Amino acid sequence: MRPAGKGPLDSLYFHYPIFPARRVPELDGVTVRHPVAIVGAGPIGMTAALVLARYGVRSVLIDRKDTFNDGSRALCIARPSMHILERIGAVAPFLQKSLGWRYGRSYYRGEQIFRLEMPHPPNEKYLPMYNLQQQYIEQYLHDAVTACDLIDMRWQSELSDIQPDADGVSIGVTSPAGNYRLDAEYVLAADGARSPIRSQLGLRMKGDNYEGRYVIADIRMDHDFPTERRAFFEPSGNPGGTVLIHKQPERIWRVDYQLREGESEQEAMREENIRARVGAILGDIGHDRPWELEWWSVYSANTLCLDDYRHGRMFFIGDAAHIVPIFGVRGLNNGLADSENLGWKLALVLNGEADEALLDSYSPERRGATLDVFANATKSTRFMTPPTRGWRLAREAALSLSLKHEFPRGLANPRQMQPYTYSESPLTPYAIRDAEFTGGPACGSVAPNAKLPDGSHLLDQAGIGLTAILFCRGAPSTDDIMLLDRLRNTDKRLAALLIGTSHVSDADGEIARLYAAAPGTLYLLRPDLHVAGRWKTIAANEVLRTAALCLGRARA
Amino acid sequence: MSTMPSADFETAYETLATAIDSAGPEREALFLTRLALVLGHELGDIAVFQNAIRTALDGLE
Repeated sequence: MRPAGKGPLDSLYFHYPIFPARRVPELDGVTVRHPVAIVGAGPIGMTAALVLARYGVRSVLIDRKDTFNDGSRALCIARPSMHILERIGAVAPFLQKSLGWRYGRSYYRGEQIFRLEMPHPPNEKYLPMYNLQQQYIEQYLHDAVTACDLIDMRWQSELSDIQPDADGVSIGVTSPAGNYRLDAEYVLAADGARSPIRSQLGLRMKGDNYEGRYVIADIRMDHDFPTERRAFFEPSGNPGGTVLIHKQPERIWRVDYQLREGESEQEAMREENIRARVGAILGDIGHDRPWELEWWSVYSANTLCLDDYRHGRMFFIGDAAHIVPIFGVRGLNNGLADSENLGWKLALVLNGEADEALLDSYSPERRGATLDVFANATKSTRFMTPPTRGWRLAREAALSLSLKHEFPRGLANPRQMQPYTYSESPLTPYAIRDAEFTGGPACGSVAPNAKLPDGSHLLDQAGIGLTAILFCRGAPSTDDIMLLDRLRNTDKRLAALLIGTSHVSDADGEIARLYAAAPGTLYLLRPDLHVAGRWKTIAANEVLRTAALCLGRARA
Repeated sequence: MSTMPSADFETAYETLATAIDSAGPEREALFLTRLALVLGHELGDIAVFQNAIRTALDGLE
């Protein structure tokens, strides 16, 4: 919502472009069968289109709206998501505009009880977290979509019905330019938490709803405080409720505050009440100068997801597949990981480089990630919005003891998002080989980056197909060269990084240390840079079978 | 202070929260008192128990 007298797009800082409906070939009787139709041009749908385009796959992207999201909802972009944005060639404006951060503070009754410090190893390219309003996220992705010839973006185009059959999906589209049917081989439902595709198919998400409700308000003010996550338990400005404050670009600050039990949501959402409560909270943090109200909304935590993210030739990505609590910044970030995970698999299948069986791994991998998020988010949600008297008492006891004692302080840790490890995936068949290593990234986890002497990073050299990281002593052996040739026959896109050679010298042994590797060690990475397999000493048949599985060409 | 791993401490926190709900509002004080006595006896060290009582009382509002 916006203040009285303002329209839904009257922002203090963001100019909303209005995108017209275009006349499309289907309206002139041209029958086109698109490889992929994506429904919903939010951050998740646009990212999916850009991932597909990276492999030369065309897509049509439809959205019922005529512009970007009306308020800033998603806010925090985690490090793994910055890597995804980099891989789709869109990261530059994000880096320029967003506010990077790695620290946070939790307060109880005005006193600091916990200092959050997210790890930032020197080998990493990006900070753990970046704050950027969703409108900018969408604008920058849209700029990349517009610049891409392979993506057919259609605004003001609403899905009216969806009809799957054995070898394709037909979507009814209504738009001011006319109504038509859109035919595609595959459909990605990126149509958000209230997914019309999900309803049309009669699919229901399952899980839990939490009682606690939060108002989220964006304000503009000159306020001198670094970009950190601040959490206030029992602040005097919002007695009985927790408050979160985040800094955003353009002097915009996000204030989230929990409504008291029994408080009327309708009353709380009235502008004068928003102003009064935000004013009291600002008084608490010592801001007594003017501020302006930009936008507000209300939110309650849910952990809900579909049983299967795939429905024949239709795939659910982002909020259409799963709804997670905001605490821990997992909504946007998990959705982006969905887009990348499905994007490379579907692109390789459509290009004929991988067999269709590869698509079977999307739902188990990403649903596994969702359930992992639920486990963590449930813990943080119980702390942020204690659901019962028992949880409230336990939290009050822990927080009050935290004022003078260290031992309970970790309970206030917000458990920010960590990338998920696909350890039980069908694409990770030799996780047993992890036992040969004394450290380094396990099978299924995200490969760590390393800084090279010229200032670039190791994973800058990763390919868009499989990547083999081979540790050598000076030069690869004859057997190694033969294996790399055979891998290249399996995957024409294979990138080989030869560590300990003139290619990447690793003079100080830092990369070998990060990967717990010795000469003869091989890591095989998937296109999303998760580890598909690792071998302390190479077992060629296992390496080749893993590569084949990653292209859907072997049985799990 | 003990060297209890943080994951175990978290489980203790969750178990306690759930147990308070099981006891119900009428009996929660009785439950917590019984719990303290059980823990004190398990601890087997009166000085440590008295110190724990002081820690819990300090700053109570």
